[in-house]
Amino acid sequence: MLAMEYRGPYRVRVNKDKPMPEILHPSDAIIKVTRSCICGSDLHLYHGLVPDTRVGSTFGHEFTGIVEEIGDDVQNLKVGDRVLVPFNISCGTCVFCKNELYGNCSNANSLSAAVGSIYGYSHTAGGYDGGQSEYVRVPYADVGPYKIPDDVSLEDAVLCTDAYPTGYQAAEMGGIKEGDTVVVFGAGPVGLFAAKSAWFFGAARVIVIDHIDYRLEFAKKFAQCEAYNFKEMDDPVMFLKKTTDYLGPDVAIDAVGAEAAGSAMQTITGLKMKVQAGAATAVQWAINSVKKGGTVSIVGVYGPTANLIPLGNAVNKGLTLRMNQASVKRHLPRLIKHIQDGHIKPSEIITHRIPLAEIAEGYHMFSSKLDNCIKPLLIPPGGENILH
Amino acid sequence: MELINNKDTIQGWGIDRDPKVRPAYPMWNSTENTGSHYTEATIPMQEIKFKELKSIEVPEMTPVFGQTVAPTGLSGLIRKFAFRYGEGSFGHWLPLILADRVNMFEGIASDLLHLRVPNFWKEMGLNSEWKYNRKSFVTKSLVTTVAVAGAVGFFMMLSKDQKKDPV
Repeated sequence: MLAMEYRGPYRVRVNKDKPMPEILHPSDAIIKVTRSCICGSDLHLYHGLVPDTRVGSTFGHEFTGIVEEIGDDVQNLKVGDRVLVPFNISCGTCVFCKNELYGNCSNANSLSAAVGSIYGYSHTAGGYDGGQSEYVRVPYADVGPYKIPDDVSLEDAVLCTDAYPTGYQAAEMGGIKEGDTVVVFGAGPVGLFAAKSAWFFGAARVIVIDHIDYRLEFAKKFAQCEAYNFKEMDDPVMFLKKTTDYLGPDVAIDAVGAEAAGSAMQTITGLKMKVQAGAATAVQWAINSVKKGGTVSIVGVYGPTANLIPLGNAVNKGLTLRMNQASVKRHLPRLIKHIQDGHIKPSEIITHRIPLAEIAEGYHMFSSKLDNCIKPLLIPPGGENILH
Repeated sequence: MELINNKDTIQGWGIDRDPKVRPAYPMWNSTENTGSHYTEATIPMQEIKFKELKSIEVPEMTPVFGQTVAPTGLSGLIRKFAFRYGEGSFGHWLPLILADRVNMFEGIASDLLHLRVPNFWKEMGLNSEWKYNRKSFVTKSLVTTVAVAGAVGFFMMLSKDQKKDPV
């Protein structure tokens, strides 16, 4: 089968002869992929920043598909079902799953106690192959996959596997109350969905900060928010203070993660020297700008070692810091309903539709932000004829 | 600024204001309805194709696990060394990053052994760079070429001088 294959930092290719995945556990299903995406967090893998990313791995944790084969114990799916697959692999039986913390399942990753398991996201996240391929193995198939309703398009569904739920959870973790001011750092896909979702919780003002003009322009239209380029400011923290009567936003969301721009110190130590687990610029700005007693919500992805963030300021300001991998399954019924009710159309953020066979171009375009790329969608061979 | 409090024009404004409709409310929610038909005690163990590494912070192999790329070669040995340390230790993560870099060279060597020359241009997706960012690409390439040629020339001159005048 055709599948993306990692060859080292900034190098991927398609392998036309990758062996088909097999049922290895009675709870497994094999899914024929109909759509997949390149996620912003895939770029951390692509850039070689996630430890234990082995050459030959197939990435891709955002995908939809058709059930091709099921293991003996699978009861909730049948061959032919159209499903979207949350990026978390979750058993449904451990204490974390039962608390609906599906991103923290303890029964699918032997390689790390701290990290849940994620399709196609390094061996640190379990060593599973991902959906940037024609077929993919899906363990615990009774728990994760969600049948796509007939009135939801494939392109909307594939964005419900990660980007939209992650943005929504970022806003939800902010504990937004009616009338709050919310700042979102990052105008990538997750930041866009966080900004959009902030309104759902009753925000009075939503501000997006980034440094890429075409993304800021898109954010204004898609999320109906204010959007500002931090490169046009002396200091984004002071800008946010001034624009909120020196109080600061009630909620600050980090939708950037380890590869943030904006601070030479963070970039040099986090990305060039790698003495910290990525550049924590967005968290630094979030803590320093948010209102006293406010909440910082972090969904940006960071490495596993340590980061330089102003914890003293967080203590002195009495902040609440909340963070997690999105618990996608928990959110899906509500988020699908928002699509059906016409409150949001996630597929509006898709800017590029690329054949799987040209995936290396897709990674480079997304990574280098060429041709105003916001979200690249991958179409496997034959997938162009499948729309629902 | 005109958006402030302009609730009527914001698509979906306030639809999740009520905490009771929020998926995570109350945060201590628990459910028996996860879709699983197992209990923790009854999940069978997965078939093993090859021995995979295990964090020392995980008591036993989990019932399902990835079986995609085995830890082999020098990078595999480094990974095995890394897994002697807990996840709070740099002794775990830094060797893993080293192993990833070694693995990259192993991948190139493996390609060559299989009589395949890696197509770096294609693997790095540089057609899109050429198509959408040509001016910058050409400038960067020229600067890099001149810098490398300059450095090589400098070291060659230095080497010649040393041969002429050995100390």
